[in-house]
Amino acid sequence: MKVLVSFFAVLVLALVAYAGVEAANLQYLFGVIIPYAAFVTFLAGVVFRILKWGSSPVPFRIPTTCGQQKTLPWIKSSKLENPSGLLGVIARMALEVLFFRSLFRNLRTQLSDGPRLAYGEAKWLWLAGLAFHWSFLIILLRHLRFFMEKVPLPITMIEALDSFLQLGAPLLYMTDVVLLLAVTYLFIRRVGIPQLRYISLINDYFPLFLILGIAVTGVLMRYFFKVDVVGAKMLAMSLISLKPALPEVQIGALFYTHLFLLSVLFAYFPFSKLTHMAGVFLSPTRNMANNSRAKRHVNPWNYPVHVHTYQEYEDDFREKMKGAGLPVEKE
Amino acid sequence: MAKLPNPEELSKIDYAPPSKGWMDTPTEFKPGMFCHGSKPKSLETLEFPNPREWRPADVDWKLPENWKQILLEGIADRLKKYRSFRLFMDICVRCGACADKCHFFIGTGDPKNMPVLRAELIRSVYRKEFTIAGKIFGKMAGARELTVDVLKEWWYYFFQCTECRRCSVFCPYGIDQAEITIIGRELLNLLGLNIEWIAGPAANCYMKGNHLGLEPHTIVGNLEYILDDIETVTGKKIKPTFNRKGAEILFVTPSGDLFADPGTYTAMGYLMLFEELGLDYTWSTYASEGGNFGFFTTNELAKRLNSKIYAEAKRLGVKYIIGGECGHMWRVIHQYMDTWNGPADFLEVPKSPITGTVFENAKASKMIHIAEFTADLMKNGKLKLDPSRNDHLKVTWHDSCNTARGMGILEEPRYVLKNVVNHFHEMPEDTIREKTFCCGSGSGLNASEDMDLRMKGGFPRANAVKFVHDHYGVNMLANICAIDRASLPPLMDYWVPGVKVAGLHELVANALIMKGEKERTTDLRGEPLPGKEQKEESA
Amino acid sequence: MDLNALLKEKQPAIVEKWFETVLAAYPENTANIYRKSEAQFTNPLGYNARQGVEGLFDALLKGVMLEEASGFLDNIVRIRAIQEFPPSQALSFIYELKKIVRAEIGKAVAEQGLTEDLDSFLSTIDDLALFAFDLYMGCREKLFEIKVNEMKNSTFRLIQQANRVGGKQE
Repeated sequence: MKVLVSFFAVLVLALVAYAGVEAANLQYLFGVIIPYAAFVTFLAGVVFRILKWGSSPVPFRIPTTCGQQKTLPWIKSSKLENPSGLLGVIARMALEVLFFRSLFRNLRTQLSDGPRLAYGEAKWLWLAGLAFHWSFLIILLRHLRFFMEKVPLPITMIEALDSFLQLGAPLLYMTDVVLLLAVTYLFIRRVGIPQLRYISLINDYFPLFLILGIAVTGVLMRYFFKVDVVGAKMLAMSLISLKPALPEVQIGALFYTHLFLLSVLFAYFPFSKLTHMAGVFLSPTRNMANNSRAKRHVNPWNYPVHVHTYQEYEDDFREKMKGAGLPVEKE
Repeated sequence: MAKLPNPEELSKIDYAPPSKGWMDTPTEFKPGMFCHGSKPKSLETLEFPNPREWRPADVDWKLPENWKQILLEGIADRLKKYRSFRLFMDICVRCGACADKCHFFIGTGDPKNMPVLRAELIRSVYRKEFTIAGKIFGKMAGARELTVDVLKEWWYYFFQCTECRRCSVFCPYGIDQAEITIIGRELLNLLGLNIEWIAGPAANCYMKGNHLGLEPHTIVGNLEYILDDIETVTGKKIKPTFNRKGAEILFVTPSGDLFADPGTYTAMGYLMLFEELGLDYTWSTYASEGGNFGFFTTNELAKRLNSKIYAEAKRLGVKYIIGGECGHMWRVIHQYMDTWNGPADFLEVPKSPITGTVFENAKASKMIHIAEFTADLMKNGKLKLDPSRNDHLKVTWHDSCNTARGMGILEEPRYVLKNVVNHFHEMPEDTIREKTFCCGSGSGLNASEDMDLRMKGGFPRANAVKFVHDHYGVNMLANICAIDRASLPPLMDYWVPGVKVAGLHELVANALIMKGEKERTTDLRGEPLPGKEQKEESA
Repeated sequence: MDLNALLKEKQPAIVEKWFETVLAAYPENTANIYRKSEAQFTNPLGYNARQGVEGLFDALLKGVMLEEASGFLDNIVRIRAIQEFPPSQALSFIYELKKIVRAEIGKAVAEQGLTEDLDSFLSTIDDLALFAFDLYMGCREKLFEIKVNEMKNSTFRLIQQANRVGGKQE
């Protein structure tokens, strides 16, 4: 049910854009107004989200320690898994963000257990997650060529690397394939594994289909139903230079569908779990050094509390204390 | 006569595969799976809201009229106060990596014990009340109304989590169910919904200084028995001091160590070690609790109970504090104490009077773990040890959740252990260090009425012990946690009979050669030492 | 072909089905995790259940004494005894084996005239079930014993103290 709703939601969105351009000639709406609106929503939403997270303080130093603490000099501490200073934290976060260190933790178990397929799912989750996020990033970077008059060297290099297989014409980008495979896997996993299906929400399926939709329309454009790339670039350039103008040529409805789904993704982003991209950097169990005994951590809302003082305690038990030979403050 | 079910039907009753979503699966309170509700007297002592007689199995929980408003305001307040809470409500992607990491899930098979789902219990209400998507799309977006049934579900499952943080180790965003449970329980306490096994000890601790409610003269009395036992074993009469002003060091340990076996053997260990060193230290009857059941209640109560340690250190004028073996006590001391009740600027940076080592790692909080202290002694060769006195023991090491994942004291106790025993075998890699499995009774769940729950939750731990028991003949499970010492013996009794439980310093004291001691024939438990069995009989 | 050979031939299928019966007691999404993982330490329930059914069936085939099979039986019963199953439900999986065996080799048995052998084999399964009830009860009794011991242990020092106070007054 949740799957179907998500699927049809994305399908309808795609059709709306396609029909809107093809039948109603709403190029300006789908090519200019919506992308601008989506981008503004994205920026404002993410900034708002981060500010909102940031507005809640971190009252306590609560890193999850995954290795030996730093104590005596002759005991080797685990600088990456239990960092005691800023450098260690940066390294830990880098491992986490770039290589999904914590997800990888599942893997060690698997390896030591032999190559049983039954036990491999966690490994695939890590691999697919990594493949998905990295290829998404590379694809995003590749798209920068549409926003620059002269394509800078790093981007051409990425393109060259991405297509080094030299297959087909236009050259096949590996990341396109990897992204499609990874997203498909993540989807199959979600519906195929009972416990995962049990916990999954529409909020989990919808972005998967949306990204799948964006990828599919992109692939169709590049490899199968050619659109006018020069026109697309002209539109992109005009958008980025804040002088939006539709190109003379017809770019093709597929392009507008692609752009529209992307706009939906951008607009949806700040209101969804996709914000984990920004949130991971703020996670107090990962981004703090484990040095709370060496360096005082201050809680901004620390307030005085009602305590049972020693004097009250002695008043309660003075005779008994004296009887047991314990020293007292007041005789 | 009713038709008798056939075996196939029997094996499926009650457990129809949940074709329904989890929100539509009502919570059933199963006997043995939950603790008694908090008593009014305990809540009154603690100045907590809604003290009354209530029973969790009853339909009517006697909630205040405006309970829903109280809870929602409570959530809003905590969203503002804890970035962890706000973030963990938003960023879970439900990847499922945590699902099979929870010992309660592994042992009970209850899907709501998957950490992700336990968090969703509260997240669903958060979505409904605090997010736009949740308000618009409702159940489709994983949002649901806060009802009495939802509240009961929270209570049932937040007291089926030991705040062990194992899920947090595997979460790609570090989402920590312990943090969510801590806040969940804090919310429940707004309505007087604690368990008595936590509220009672906390009230004791508040008024009398320790969870067990030992009054000052009783502490002295209990310790005297322990001292008598030491004399029997070593021939040495030790005279520790209490509440002594001007001592160099204040020693704080969980009160369980003074009260019940095998904790008392650990207490014997501390006493013998300090005596042998001639340490200038004192016990306190006012701050006679290292543990902190307030931590399983609310942040505020935890702070109130914890305040006694610094207050007493200040009153007595000691230089610094040594803490005994305890799990959650050390999470609190390590990650919270200085923030709550510091700065401890009236104390000095801990410096071992024996080795001169300065403990820079505790230069702000001024409190060190006894395993750090002892490891340093051993490294500097300050102790005469005869590990062969522990030769009747084949020992394995249980890393306690809090000290492993909320501190990282992994190597110090191992170093100490290897110095005092000759037979040491690690449990399998997936079940130790940061991946250690909980005893199943942490965070105040070590009552008797929830024994079924405890046995289930402790099953993964026990299973790993069974492995080293079967393969290496391990017969002693050592640890640095008072709740472990209380809860692992029954766990072993059920799953791996023949394995006993010991605190680290019990084994240290067994091996410790003391000046002027008589020839030892038994260990601290009065059991004959290896090679001394004969003598024992003839004596 | 004698009965043992028949059973041996079908052993993998029988064991697999039997294992599924054990898991049938759990919700689908839980059973899935128990089923999938072979990990001895991170999935102790699934592992012990599998070891249990494999070992038990092996023991039945070899006709070893029930006591020797008890370890395997214990693997399964000890966990089920604390999972709030009533005994009938906790132990129904043993009777299920009879059905599975019949379904797998019933036809061949009839064809080859081994019915009597099969009956005798199935009756050992009944013995196994009786034995399992003993184990189950043992586990439950152990649990109560543990509760009592815990209470006793927690009051021991108090009693000691009380005795001492009493002694002083005399």
